[in-house]
Amino acid sequence: MKKLFLKGNEAVAEAAVLAGCRFFAGYPITPQNEIPEYMSRRMPRAGGVFIQGESETASVCMVYGAAAMGKLAMTSSSGPGISLKAEGISTLAGAQLPAVIVNVMRGGPGLGTIQAAQSDYLHATKAMGHGGFRVIVLAPSTVQEAVDLTYQAFGLAVKYQNPVVVLMDGWIGSMMEPVTLPEAKEPVKNVYTGRGTRCFNPGGTGVNVVVSCLLEPVNQEQLNIQMGAMYEKWRQEEVLVEEYLTADAEYVVVAYGTAARAARTAVGDLRERGVKAGMIRPVSLYPFPYDALKRLDREQVRFILDTEMTLPVQMMDDIRLGVADAVPVRSCGRSGGVVLTNEDIADTLLQFIEEEGK
Amino acid sequence: METIYARPKSLIDRATGYCPGCLHGVATRLIAELVDEMDVRSETVAVLPVGCGTLGMMHFNMDVVVSPHGRTPAVATGVKRSAPEKLVFSYQGDGDLAAIGLAEIMHAANRGENFTVVFINNGTYGMTGGQLAPTTLVGQKSTTTPEGRNPAETGYPMMMCEILSQLRAPRYIARFSLDCPANVIQAKKGLRKAFELQRAGKGFAFVELLSNCPTNWGLSALECLDWMRENTMKAFPLGVFRDKEE
Repeated sequence: MKKLFLKGNEAVAEAAVLAGCRFFAGYPITPQNEIPEYMSRRMPRAGGVFIQGESETASVCMVYGAAAMGKLAMTSSSGPGISLKAEGISTLAGAQLPAVIVNVMRGGPGLGTIQAAQSDYLHATKAMGHGGFRVIVLAPSTVQEAVDLTYQAFGLAVKYQNPVVVLMDGWIGSMMEPVTLPEAKEPVKNVYTGRGTRCFNPGGTGVNVVVSCLLEPVNQEQLNIQMGAMYEKWRQEEVLVEEYLTADAEYVVVAYGTAARAARTAVGDLRERGVKAGMIRPVSLYPFPYDALKRLDREQVRFILDTEMTLPVQMMDDIRLGVADAVPVRSCGRSGGVVLTNEDIADTLLQFIEEEGK
Repeated sequence: METIYARPKSLIDRATGYCPGCLHGVATRLIAELVDEMDVRSETVAVLPVGCGTLGMMHFNMDVVVSPHGRTPAVATGVKRSAPEKLVFSYQGDGDLAAIGLAEIMHAANRGENFTVVFINNGTYGMTGGQLAPTTLVGQKSTTTPEGRNPAETGYPMMMCEILSQLRAPRYIARFSLDCPANVIQAKKGLRKAFELQRAGKGFAFVELLSNCPTNWGLSALECLDWMRENTMKAFPLGVFRDKEE
């Protein structure tokens, strides 16, 4: 396979097309603008549809309409726009439709900053909208991984008939790296299996009722129970995690996305200085890789360093659930678009070691 | 004996969920009759709003996609662009279309999307109990304007046909009333024209149907119709506002 030198945002857009995505609607927001710009050129050539919506809200609803007609569809944005998409994402989940949502994160809250950050972990993993639904959240740390995870995201969205989120940060979106692209899949028409048809037009032949409102409490409850079982299946089958030098580690950095790149360098530097550091890198943020934390030797690991490009750090609660308070969890981060360096991480870790020694 | 009146195949055999005297039933039936007459049931997609119009999912025997509140024209855009061979209509009330969904209707119209909008204007939020709508008449009482709509605080009724007529892209814009059989026949002609324009790929068509709400207006079914003639139809003139090739 030939290697290409691609910018993260454009690579993600191309990966979507290769995965069979033939509908994109989006709205301008930094730092993801190359995704709609690329799609505006690429989609017509692929026989697909590109629309610049009048808002984030309208764009995700266009995706909902396309998904209702069986298209693999995608939208992308950054924090403020993702908030506006919450209504549509909840609707997709409630109507049991697949779609991929890319969030190229920037500083927050509010309008925040346009520079790269990891400010939307909690929003993505706990509640992307109202109503108590979940989405699989995938977090790439290289452009190649952004390609691979976007490509996989469409498969997961179809497999579970549920939206999937690719949560990257502005660094991954903006940097250029060599990538190998996957093979192009023929677009397939998604077959609607949601409950609307059974609830409202069970006698209709060959027609669908696509709806996120089942009216009868018992019908809605059954959907909620079905979704709960699906989330449990994700926890069993869809966890993605990288464990780096954790076998003998006394200090374990937990980081994802761009923060994990800095952490990997920091772990190498610390090893050279004789500090037994390692890293756990969640790739699926939901379902979260609790087992990787449970597997840690609690006698051996002195503490965990939750490392993120956001303050206060947002993964802390999940990490604590993983280690059940048997290992102390410290935090290290920069926020608002300030660059997190490998020195920040190594220095913070050494400082905590020194404090422990006192 | 010859059957001259029967339930259209495009309606599910089920009692409607609409209140007695409500004209949603008439609008729903007109659309279903047309879909039958054009023999396009298997190719039709109804994009439904939030409000009383959502109940259409219980009645239309065709593909149905229910939109989030007001996003109906955006959802219809996604549907029609993904399946241009389908006959796509959105069915929206005044709160859905002229309040929370104002941006979506303006931009779908401005893009000249090739689908049909059926706009049911009864001057109130029926499903939620009769609150002020963008189309509530001056002086008309609602549960959130108990003394009547006061323009100094809440402005004037929004005339959607007239507003959309400022845009260049729409192909057909017209307002009809469902108050009497003669006007219902005219409304059906307008809907037919809108559907046929879509089949010919001519672009955006907008059909406003003046309607009623016996429950929230606090009037009987018949009193409602008189009230429409004396008030609604005077404030919202009937007619064709746009019918031309660009």
